[in-house]
Amino acid sequence: MKFGIVSFPGSNCDDDAVYAATETLGLPAVKLWHKSHDLEGSDVIVLPGGFAYGDYLRAGAIARFSPIMREVAAHAQRGGPVIGICNGFQIACEAGLLPGALMRNAGLQFLSMPVTIRVENTSTRWTALCTEGQRLTMPIAHGEGRYTVDATTLERVEGEGLVVFRYVDERGEATAAANVNGSLDNIAGVRNAAGNVVGLMPHPERALDPLLGSADGRVLFESVLAAVHA
Amino acid sequence: MTATPRPGDPVITPALVAEHGLTPDEFERLRVMLGREPTFTELGVISALWSEHCSYKHSRPVLRTLPTTAPYVLQGPGENAGVISIGDGLAVAFKIESHNHPSAVEPYQGAATGVGGILRDVFTMGARPIAMLNSLRFGSLDTPRVRYLVGGVVKGIGDYGNCVGIPTVAGDVMFDAAYEGNPLVNAMCVGILREEDLIRAKAEGVGNPIIAVGARTGRDGIHGASFASEDLSDENEAKRPRVQVGDPFTEKLLLEASLELITSGHIVAIQDMGAAGLTSSSAEMAERGDVGVTIDTRKVPQREQGMTPYEILLSESQERMLVVARRGREAEVKQILTKWDLTAEVIGEVIAEPVYRVMEGDQVVAEFPGTRLVTDCPQYHPEARESDEAVVRRARDVHAVPERPEEADPAWTLQRLLESPTIASKRWITTQYDSTVRTNTVMGPGDGDAAVIRIRGTNKAIALKTDCNGRYVFLDPRIGGRIAVAEAARNVACTGARPMAITNCLNFGNPKKPDVFFQFREAVYGMGDACRALGTPVTGGNVSLYNENPQGAVYPTPTIGMVGLMDDVRHATRAPFQQEGHAIVLLGENTYELGGSEYLAWIHGVVAGAPPACDLDGEKRLINALLQAIGDGDVASAHDCSEGGLAVALAECCIGRRENPRGAQVDLSAWSDVIPLRALLFGEAQGRVVISTPRPDAVLATARAHGVSAAVIGTVRSASAGLVLTVGARTIRAATAQLIEAYHEALPRAMQRAAAEVVERDPALAGGTR
Repeated sequence: MKFGIVSFPGSNCDDDAVYAATETLGLPAVKLWHKSHDLEGSDVIVLPGGFAYGDYLRAGAIARFSPIMREVAAHAQRGGPVIGICNGFQIACEAGLLPGALMRNAGLQFLSMPVTIRVENTSTRWTALCTEGQRLTMPIAHGEGRYTVDATTLERVEGEGLVVFRYVDERGEATAAANVNGSLDNIAGVRNAAGNVVGLMPHPERALDPLLGSADGRVLFESVLAAVHA
Repeated sequence: MTATPRPGDPVITPALVAEHGLTPDEFERLRVMLGREPTFTELGVISALWSEHCSYKHSRPVLRTLPTTAPYVLQGPGENAGVISIGDGLAVAFKIESHNHPSAVEPYQGAATGVGGILRDVFTMGARPIAMLNSLRFGSLDTPRVRYLVGGVVKGIGDYGNCVGIPTVAGDVMFDAAYEGNPLVNAMCVGILREEDLIRAKAEGVGNPIIAVGARTGRDGIHGASFASEDLSDENEAKRPRVQVGDPFTEKLLLEASLELITSGHIVAIQDMGAAGLTSSSAEMAERGDVGVTIDTRKVPQREQGMTPYEILLSESQERMLVVARRGREAEVKQILTKWDLTAEVIGEVIAEPVYRVMEGDQVVAEFPGTRLVTDCPQYHPEARESDEAVVRRARDVHAVPERPEEADPAWTLQRLLESPTIASKRWITTQYDSTVRTNTVMGPGDGDAAVIRIRGTNKAIALKTDCNGRYVFLDPRIGGRIAVAEAARNVACTGARPMAITNCLNFGNPKKPDVFFQFREAVYGMGDACRALGTPVTGGNVSLYNENPQGAVYPTPTIGMVGLMDDVRHATRAPFQQEGHAIVLLGENTYELGGSEYLAWIHGVVAGAPPACDLDGEKRLINALLQAIGDGDVASAHDCSEGGLAVALAECCIGRRENPRGAQVDLSAWSDVIPLRALLFGEAQGRVVISTPRPDAVLATARAHGVSAAVIGTVRSASAGLVLTVGARTIRAATAQLIEAYHEALPRAMQRAAAEVVERDPALAGGTR
């Protein structure tokens, strides 16, 4: 199994995603250049964090037109696993792979801190090994992470269990205080209907080693590994 | 060839020379050097190269006294950044630089471009940046202007570093009215490289092409001298702000392209076009290589019409590099830049003839003989004399300052001190910086006395910290200079790392004033004393003078950026108390000292007295004792005593982790008869560290073996116990919730007041770029 990590101009978590695959899982990983049309045989696609095209205009707005994104969309269409992390989540939403959009944080400040999220849905390639209600701690680092979606779509997102993660407090409650960026319904991550595409604002690839404060992100990568092998 | 004036060049008058910052003597030196009258372009080039920033004309003789060598120093001062070996074939490049003046005018862009510049200094050594730090000084948060500056500077630093994807992991921030009109913004960058990839900015090889790389050149940031654009440009252009504008996205592309260029082997040298842009980068590279260069300004990629050679040479447009490539590899260089959507144009070449020549097409517009344009600058040895005021301040008996009535309860004083913005939690600032990107941050902001960054592929880590108490330096520059180094070293040692080397950023006032130059000289001597004693050579840095306004100069602030090395990252040690029941041990000795303290300044508005004594030999022993105890696995937490003294250090150990606080029961009765209570609690005696340990006996034995005084002073308790200090017959109690409120809410509260003001003042801070 091979990880393909898309490098947009301005991606800055692409190396971290490579480390996640190679050092944590011991799997091959390849960086996929944004101008390329070739996924180079990747089984799993990571849209990494960063500031693709400087996030100029709007986060993810330009990156979605990169040549590689056509192949990523086709891969998702075929049911291939895709994860969008932070800027990658924004790009996946802009590209229509996931419902909703990410807006400026409610407090208008960039926020870099560890957060706790609760697993809401385990019917995805990325959370299959989680248990519902499981709490995970991992860092966030974003200025535009306030999840939003129109009322009709929200009904579908909530109704069809497309919410994968919510910001919660230490007791697991989705409180206003825990909702650091002001996301709608404390939503931290969502999936597509098929469950092969997941996007989230927190960084699971930064939570793979207790030395760095948390290894709670491992379960996402282990889930996709199990799903692909299954 | 001889340079001839261009049509439209202004006539060179004594007034014009003065506006370029050259003295009549310096201008005469230029005429002698040329053997003729200089052209306007030449005047511009020399005004930049002989500015203090490029030439160090006032500071160099003093800086030469600093120790700069150690077996592991691969590159000392004189390059874009210093480099030390950390073993395993790896090296660390690091440098600190100021962006004070631009940040005072336009805090957001001023700070952002400061980050951009220091990043480039590090990656031009062939190093991949892995961490950023910053050292900030502001006036009192009570004024809206200062709150506006804080908001803008922090956002500028965050937006730039976050976008490029380099974690901002540590720093120091202090507030004092002395910085009211002149905030200090010092940014430090640390990068990692394989030793064999080290590249220097030394032009070599006659016939090798000189290539301008990265962003195009515009009129932004031309020349500090205010007259420049007024006389030379259209009226509209004259109104353009002179502060450069940063583009972190382009910087990220330039970073990747530069590292790819360096490892490709197609180039021999690379340098940032930073201060004084193309002029200083080309002249410095030529000087290091002792070669001549010729440059054609027409070939420089420009983003504006009708730029003159003067403007092109002096533009400080951001995100540009100057590269010397191997002859015949031009196409390969361009190919790499094109991949990253950046431009690369050959603009000149290295020549055998020892001249610095600037062409505009086939016209020579500037030509200087020799290859040592920068060091041909005159050197000055200004008069140094301490001001009478400083002597009086230092001599004042601060123990005679009467206590305020509220101080009857020292817990009140403790809480007020925890609210002092200099001491209070900086979380409001640090949450705006991505500190975890690149997944190497073992200890980030607020975790310990320094940041700890692991080195992939090894068990090692580096510890990083900036530091300087300008108030100490103001009161006694020699002692203050020593303390700046000693405290930075102590901080790094508290995490378990051995202090290795420093970079420094010397922020002072006008060196032509004897009292300012006295501060400068003595502070540098003090730094040198400490660097020699602690074995931490200086590998480079930056001098920022003229930080003053009609109200006076800033506190002399020689900021230290310290790099330490830890052989085993598992020894990384945090500041907060970890576990109930652990013994609390004080390493070092309490003293009867109160001078220069935050207590006096914040509680009483008094800046006076002698700063605490600095026993460098004692600091060295303390560091060795700490490192052994940590290496033996005996230390659960370590935190040094600095601003606010022992009581504040103990409180910080209790509530530094807001989400997971501890309490403590501490008995200081051993000192109750010898030291007045407030000096014991809030005095800032140096060389002290508060540690918590499951094995106090082992720690005491280690301390004894190193000749360091040590005493068990208490026990870590649960948060519900609060902080309880017994001093003889007195018991001082502070509830955890109150300590947390004071320490963690002070800065957010102050800055919330600013939010509305900031939005009104500057739309860029309310929306737009992130």
